Formats: sequence, C-alpha cells, structure tokens
Amino acid sequence: MRREPLLNATVFLGLLAVPLWAWAVDEPFTITLATRVAILALAGVGLNLALGLGGLVSLGHAVFFGIGGYAMGILASHAQSYSALIEWPVLIEGTKSMPVIWLVAMGASGLAALAIGALSLRTSGVYFIMITLAFGQMFYYFAIGWPAYGGEDGLSIYVRNGFPGLNTLDPIQFFAICYVILGLALWVFSRLACSAFGLALGAARQNAERVMAVGIAPYRLRLVAFTLSGVITGLAGALFADLNRFVSPVMFSWQTSGEIMVFVILGGVARLFGPVIGAVVFIFLEHMLGGLSEYWHIYLGAVLLVVVLFARGGIIGLVAGRERRHD
Amino acid sequence: MNLKTLAMAGALGMAACAAQAEVKVGMITTLSGGGAGLGIDVRDGFMLALEQSGRTDIEVIIEDDQRKPDIAVQLADKMIQSDKVDVMTGIIWSNLAMAVVPGAVAQGKFYLSPNAGPSALAGKGCHPNYFNVAWQNDNLHEAAGAYATDINSTNTFVLAPNYPAGQDAVTGFKRTFRGNVVGEVYTQLGQTDYAAEIARIRSSVADTVFFFLPGGMGISFLKQYADSGVKKPLIGPAFSFDQGILQAVGDAALGVKNTSQWNKDIDNPTNAAFVASFQEKYGRLPSLYASQGFDTANLLISAVESADVNDPDAFRAALEAADFKSTRGDFAFGNNHHPIQNIYVREVIKEGDVYTNKIVGTALENHADAYAPECRM
Amino acid sequence: MSLILFIEQILNGVQFGVMLFLMAAGLTLIFGVMGLINLAHGSLYMIGAFAAASVAGLTGSFGLALIASLAAAAAAGALIELTVIRRLYDRDHLDQVLATFALILIFSEGTRWAFGSFPLFLEIPPYLSGPVTLPGGIEYPLYRLAIIGVGLLVAAGLFALIARTRIGIQIRAGESDREMIAALGINISALYTTVFALGAALAGLAGALIGAIQSVQVGMGEPVLILAFVVIVIGGIGSIKGALVGALLVGLTDTLGRVLLPAVFSQFMAPQAASSVGASLASMSIYILMAGVLVMRPSGLFGKA
Repeated sequence: MRREPLLNATVFLGLLAVPLWAWAVDEPFTITLATRVAILALAGVGLNLALGLGGLVSLGHAVFFGIGGYAMGILASHAQSYSALIEWPVLIEGTKSMPVIWLVAMGASGLAALAIGALSLRTSGVYFIMITLAFGQMFYYFAIGWPAYGGEDGLSIYVRNGFPGLNTLDPIQFFAICYVILGLALWVFSRLACSAFGLALGAARQNAERVMAVGIAPYRLRLVAFTLSGVITGLAGALFADLNRFVSPVMFSWQTSGEIMVFVILGGVARLFGPVIGAVVFIFLEHMLGGLSEYWHIYLGAVLLVVVLFARGGIIGLVAGRERRHD
Repeated sequence: MNLKTLAMAGALGMAACAAQAEVKVGMITTLSGGGAGLGIDVRDGFMLALEQSGRTDIEVIIEDDQRKPDIAVQLADKMIQSDKVDVMTGIIWSNLAMAVVPGAVAQGKFYLSPNAGPSALAGKGCHPNYFNVAWQNDNLHEAAGAYATDINSTNTFVLAPNYPAGQDAVTGFKRTFRGNVVGEVYTQLGQTDYAAEIARIRSSVADTVFFFLPGGMGISFLKQYADSGVKKPLIGPAFSFDQGILQAVGDAALGVKNTSQWNKDIDNPTNAAFVASFQEKYGRLPSLYASQGFDTANLLISAVESADVNDPDAFRAALEAADFKSTRGDFAFGNNHHPIQNIYVREVIKEGDVYTNKIVGTALENHADAYAPECRM
Repeated sequence: MSLILFIEQILNGVQFGVMLFLMAAGLTLIFGVMGLINLAHGSLYMIGAFAAASVAGLTGSFGLALIASLAAAAAAGALIELTVIRRLYDRDHLDQVLATFALILIFSEGTRWAFGSFPLFLEIPPYLSGPVTLPGGIEYPLYRLAIIGVGLLVAAGLFALIARTRIGIQIRAGESDREMIAALGINISALYTTVFALGAALAGLAGALIGAIQSVQVGMGEPVLILAFVVIVIGGIGSIKGALVGALLVGLTDTLGRVLLPAVFSQFMAPQAASSVGASLASMSIYILMAGVLVMRPSGLFGKA
C-alpha cells in the first residue's frame, strides 16, 4: 500500500503546478481558483484534526471560519477608516498586516473553540453534532443582527492586506502564501497524528474506556484537539476573507460547516490529504457541473451520494485502498 | 456556479463571432436556489431588450452567484481577470452588491445595478462608474411613508426583518411618515410564523401597518394576516407583491396598497411593447425585476450607440445622459447616478384568474434619494 | 402588555410548538428505530407541501390535498429508503449526514426543475378560515386551532401505535435489540421501510398543513429541519414524549423571546435599538436553550444515555 503517499505527492505538486502554469499563460482566474482550493483545504485540515483524529463530528466549524474572517474584516476595516478599534483602557488600532491579523484570528478562534469545546464535549454522538450546530446558529444570527460591522451586508475591504516583502495583490504571490501555510498545516497534522497525543486521541476515539483505564482523560485530549482544530480553521477563515476582500455572516452559516465537512469526507476522513483532495474535487465539480446546467446541484448531490455509498474512505480510500491497521 | 452562457445579442447570435464583440458584459445574478426567480426575471428582461435591439456587438456572459457573496466575488474576479469584461450588471441582493461593486468599479469597470441600491453606494461611497437603474433601497419605503401620510394615518405599526435592509426600510419609511410609529418590530430573517407579531398588531392602536418582508417571508405574513381577521390596512413596498409572488399569496393580497416605480399599466408605448413582447416570449407577465433588467439593457445600448466603451469619460457621459426610452416613462439620473423618478401606489387586483397590480396614485413625484447630497463626484 | 395579549402569545407559542412537533415526530421516530440522522426530512416536508399545492390547485379540495401529501411523502420516503437509506444503517453518523445532505441537493433542485422557481399557491379551506372568539375575548384563527388539534391527535396516535399495536411492539423491540428481532423471524427490512415511510408521511402532512399558512417554495424545509433537530435533541433523540415536550419548550421560548426581549431592552434603550438587539437575542434564544439543556443533561430531557 504505497499508493497513498504517491497520490498525496501528486496532488500537492499538482496544486502548485496548475497555478504556476496559469501564471505563465496569464490566466489569473485559475490562480484564484487554486488559492480558493488551498484555503478551503486548510479549513478542512483543521476540521480533520477534530473529525478524523478525534472522531468529533462538528457541524459548527463555520464558527471558527467566520471568527477568522471577521478578525480580518474588523481589523482591516478600522485600518481602512483610520478609526481606533478600542480607545479605552488602551488604544488599539486596526491593522492591514497579515501576520498580525493571522495571530488575532487564530487567538480568537482558539478561544472560541476552547469555550465551545468545553461545553460541547460533555455530550457525544448525535448530541455533539447538534450542539455544535446550535453554537453555529447562535453566531450566525448574532452576526446578521449586529449592526456595527455591516450585519448581513458584511464588510468590504477594498485592498488586500499586506505581507512584509510581498505584493499580495498579485494573485500568484497570494497563492504562494496560502500554499505555504497549507503545507505547514499538513506538516503539523502529520506530526500530531504520529505523536503520543495523536495516538492517545485516536485510541480515545476507538475505545474511550480503555484509554481511561490507562489513566488518560479523553475529555482533555479532545478539548485540546478541538481547540487546535478551531485555530487552524480560523486561520483559513482569515485567508478566505482576504481572498475575497469581503466577509459576511454567510461564513457562519450551517451550509459552510456542511461544505467543510464535505471536503473532508469526500477526500477521506483522517487521511492526511483527505481535505486537500476533497477541496480540489469539490471546486473542480462546482466549476465543471456549473457549466452543464442550471440545476447542477442535482449532479453534485448524485456524485456525493455515490462517494458515500460506494467509496468508503472517500476518494483516497478508493484509490489507495483501506487504511492500514496500526497495530 | 459558472453557468456559462455566452449569449449573443440577436436571435441568430449563436455564431462564433465573439471576437467581433465590441462590448463585453458580465452578468452575475441569482439563477439557482432560493431567490432564483428574481435573477431569472432580470436576465430575461435584459436579454429581451438586447434581442429587440438587434445588436451583435454586445456579448453577455451570464453566471449564477447562488445568492452567496463569496461566489459572487469569485465570479467578479473571473469576469474581470479572465473574461476581461467592460461592464458588469445583474446582482439582485444588496449584500452581494456590497461585496462586488466597490472592487469592480475600483478596477475601472462600469457597474449598472438592475436591482440592489444599498445606501453605502449612494452617499459618501458613490462612484463615477456605478449607475443604479432601479432605485436606491430606501425609495419605495419612503413612498410608502408618504402614502401613509397622504391617507391621514396617524398611528402605524412597522415590521421588517432584523438585517441592514430591514433597518433601512424602517428608516426610509419614517423619513416621510408624519404620524406616530406606535410599534416597531424586527423579525428574524427567514421567519415563517408571524402569529406573535400579528397579535401585537391586533392589540395596538395602529390604524395602518407598514411591512417590508421580501420573498417567502412576505407570502407567509400576508396569508397569516388575512386569516387572523385583523382589518388594519397594510402598506408595503412592491417586493412582496411582484408578479412572481402574487399568485402564491392569492386572495390574501387583494386590495393591499404597495409602492413601486413601475407597473405594467404605466401608460407609454415602450412599456406596452415591453409587456406584450415579454409575455409573448416567456409566457408569463413581466415583474418589476424584469422591467429593471429591460431598462438596464436599454441604458447600456443607448450608451454603446453614442460612445466607445474604451473611452471611459465619453462612455460615462453617455450613460449619465440616460438617453433611452424607459418602461417607466421619463428617466433621469441624479448627481449620484441613482434615478430621479415617480413612485406610484399600486393596488393588488385580480384580472380573470391572474393576480396583478394596478396603479391608483402617485406617492412621490420626481423623487431623488436622501443620500445624494452626501455624494461628491 | 395586557393579560389577554399575554395569554394569546402563550397560545401562539403552544401552536408553534405543535407545528414543530409534527415535523419532529417523524424525525425522532426514524432515529429511535433505525439510529439514522436524516437531514433529508426537510425535503419530505417540502414534497408534502408541493403535492398538496398541486392537488389543491387541480381539484380545489383541501382534504384530497392532505391525502396527496401523505401519499407523496410516504412514497418518496419508501423510495429513498429502498435505494439509499438502507445502505446507511450500519454506517456512522458522518456518512449518514453526508448522504442525506446529498439527498437535500437532489430533492431541492429536482423540485425546482419540475415546478419552477416561483412559490406555489396553497390556501386554507373556507370552512377553516378566519378567526373565532375564545373565552376571555381572544380572537384566534380557527386554522391554527385545527393545527393544534391535529398535532395532539398525531401525538396520541403515535403513543397508541407504539404502546398498543403489534408494529409498535416490533418497533420497541427493534430499538433495544435489532439482531434479536430479526432472529425471531420478523422481516426487519420491511419493518424499517414501513417506519421510514410513516415518518416521511408525517413530515409530508406537516408540510401540507403548514404550507397553507406559509410559503410553499423550494428550500422551505431547511429552516424547519434545523428547528426540528433542536426539538428532538432537547427532548432526547428517539423519544416521542421528548419530542412533544421539546417542541412545546422551543415554541414557547421562541415566541415569548420575540415578544418579551425587545420589551425588556426598551426599558433602557432607544426603541429602534431595543427592538433590533432584542430581536437578535430572540433569534439566538432557542439555541441557547438547547446548549443549556445539553450541558445540564447531555442526552436531552428524556433521552437514554
């Protein structure tokens, strides 16, 4: 079973090669699509940490995606209008610097994940799915009704935020940033999966009683995994907002949570490259099927159905076979 | 997404003469999912006008935004970066317009809005390349306020969804209404049951009710209101009474007054021809949105006839002149590129088996929006 | 607020709760017996409403429309059970969520393809329309009282079905031990198809009844679906009693939240801001209720741990 690493390498290099080719032949929109794939894959990597490694089926990851997006939107809109974010007790101003925005996005979504996780992880199974969905809906309705930052209209940022030494308005340079971050996140994921923490987490997923018997508390493991997962998805949210130069409450909607989950399942749950392949295929389908018919959602639904029913383990499972057993 | 329809103007325009097109138009509109009816009407109205003009030098690329802001932004990027369009149009919803328009005009594209008119783009945020052919969002609500004042309503109850367009609606209504607002209720976006709100209306001292509930929300409210036995007259903007929706509301809407800048019985030859040809081609009565799409295309055609799109200043001047025959009769732009127009009061009636509107009066004459003075350009 | 108005609002809350119960009953039944999360339940609700609107448009009879909604939703339910759903019983919840999400896409766009993008017309029959005066002088729509009646009948019928009939015994046995009842010679796949079709028919009936006072349009099922999930999760998944209690709790919380919160905020805020902030909080209230219940009781009020 050496096909999976080969497939992973092909996809990862392919995701780099396509925009480079597009850059060479001056097709900027293809680069934008590839950037979208990289960012959505990053969000999926975040979810995969909770879903794949931890077995935590969260239907509320849009919360973290949205918080990351709004972190960018709020900071950049204040910088854009030269108004202070907070004047008292300390003066905090907006910023257009990507690294600062990323740190804030990761911090804010991490805190949210910690709080939501601490409450939600008391439940399990379907109840966990539904309580995370409930938190997602709370944030969604709050964002729509909260007038300070545009409500349902969202926030437009006219110029993409800056990164020291790069011109982020150039599609290929912005792609490079997203691609590198995706690579780093995948590296972190693979290290985590093989670490003592990852193994304990996987064990807790398979048999919580046995893990408790050896003195490990599954609740804490899961809470850490859920928080890390939120941090990564939040970072993806900030990048997504920068890609579109726009944030809106749609980022918080349950459909967004569902889409992120679709990437992971489509590619292969708990597989390192599951979300990447899922995002590639999803964006490709969206692009191709959309050209076929106004009613392309029917075809999309059919494809998803076939994958779930007949390709267990997602696309990676189909190509590379079932996961090897770790004994 | 990417419903790639390369539609050439003219019935025989399917020939591969894309290279000869002088003006490339990118239309981003809602063609699938909830709200698709509005986008389809705008598209059909727009394409009908192009077809009737017989021009083959205008190429339209139509894409479906699924009513999602991020998809709309992505499509705008594609149209600007890959398709290299000159003019953009088509967006139905204010939140999508806010996501796309500022970026598009900043990159030198012209944007002609066939429906959404958020206040942020009418006042300080106005732009030389942004033209709104429909209305500023507040206009129809202001007309409703003026009408309520005209019929000597002293106390009114207002109802709108809790999102920016809903808050703007209430603001617009209050701007022209001279009586008291005795109740002000914001409902949840997408709410389907209005029993609690109707109970409050019943117990209030209001003599009229102003409501802004677009789409399915309005259908639910009207049906439930009619069944509740509360007889206080309803006033609303045209969005809950357009041709596509009325058939689903049925008798519950009969007699309700609503405000609109267009109706199929506005008496001018352009409008009569538009209504007849639309009905002939698509087999249904045109809606407000179809008339706006039709006018948008005719504005564009008038500008293409007199100026070259590659000369932005000349093209802009040609658009500003608005030298086209509108279905609304006289049509002119104000200094912020929003229409100055009459807004009428319509009443829902039944013609044979079809529910439709007829004009019963004029609420506001030659009305410009409240944000125009803030626009500097 | 006067006492009469307050009582009327409580009645509205109960009525909204009963509407949610009609939707939630089928969902919780299907989960309880087969352990399946069915996101496509909202699509079955939509199919019921569209079938009712079509038949009412053709025949003018509301009674026939209700029968059509039951039949169409049950048939659609049986069809997807036989082709798709039965492959999902032994899968984890993740696969069930994705597969039924795919079914939503297919049903929604398929309906739009067949019926177009505009809402359909379905009205209250004349003999149920208009308000009646209740004791105490409350004017209340007769149709809404009828919905409360139907909802309570459905609840009673389900309790009787499960407690007293042969199929009820099989359902209860299936909930506790699937292998065993199969071993006892009961045709388990026929039982599952029947239960699924029954749940679907309930959703279809809810769609038709509620469609008469709401908008019959593509996508009408999803908002109700989420509310129905909130209901069954609060009540404890699989419990009919839980669904009834959960539905009433959600209906009352939502209605009273919408009425009372803006009033509370108007004590110390400007009217427009109070109304807006109050409405925001009201739309979050049922989710706060749900999160609160789950934090206190992780398996819902009547759920089995």
